[in-house]
Amino acid sequence: MVHIKRLQENGADIIAVIGEIDASSSIELDLAIAKSVGEGFKRILVDCHALEYISSAGLGVFMSYIEEFRDKKIQMVLYGLKEKVINTFEILGLAELLHIRENKNEALKLANELSV
Amino acid sequence: MNYRYNIGCSLSNLKGIRDFVRSTLNENHVPEMQISAIVLALDEMCSNLMIHAHHCNPNHFLELHINHPDKGTYVFEIIDDGSVFDINQFAEPGMDSLVHEKRKGGLGIRLVKSIMDKIEYTSEGGKNICRLTKEV
Repeated sequence: MVHIKRLQENGADIIAVIGEIDASSSIELDLAIAKSVGEGFKRILVDCHALEYISSAGLGVFMSYIEEFRDKKIQMVLYGLKEKVINTFEILGLAELLHIRENKNEALKLANELSV
Repeated sequence: MNYRYNIGCSLSNLKGIRDFVRSTLNENHVPEMQISAIVLALDEMCSNLMIHAHHCNPNHFLELHINHPDKGTYVFEIIDDGSVFDINQFAEPGMDSLVHEKRKGGLGIRLVKSIMDKIEYTSEGGKNICRLTKEV
């Protein structure tokens, strides 16, 4: 089960992911990101503080947006990942493909820098 | 030590599989980071089977066995009677092609192969057995 909340701060869209993302719930993450893109946000932060688990279905959602974000100049930064979650990203080498920061301030700072 | 779990092929049952694997390994004092990786690999294997071999039909069942034959070795068996979905037969897609083709699949196989030490398939009495071995 996953709950997703969205809120906006300083013009950036913050997607908070709460719970577990597996093959049954990854669609929720996909829909939230698609909405954010559809609403025209250029800086998307994903708050992973309360993300307890992610399987390849969820990782695949992030991966599937990489090229679109590059084309549309959208910056996505993930932050607040627990060690057990970041480990899953690292097994696949995804930590290098995605922008990951420790906290919201650093994530926002990076998104702003990349947007210039 | 021998644990068994029976589950219908609905993706909503993946959480139950994860809880079963986690609590079994916890009972056996496997380190937390190892548990997380193993739980992930089993989730990937079961969701692959549910989707590709059973089309998420909740009336189809998987059986999951966990054996601990000796200190440090864990053997996970997933038993079903669907079509065989042998991940050893699938080439792992490169990360570049995954990004380029916007494929949401293919990552799971990479994860399982990175986490587990051995992946074998056998068939007994009309049942498929996928055996995953992990040294912890």
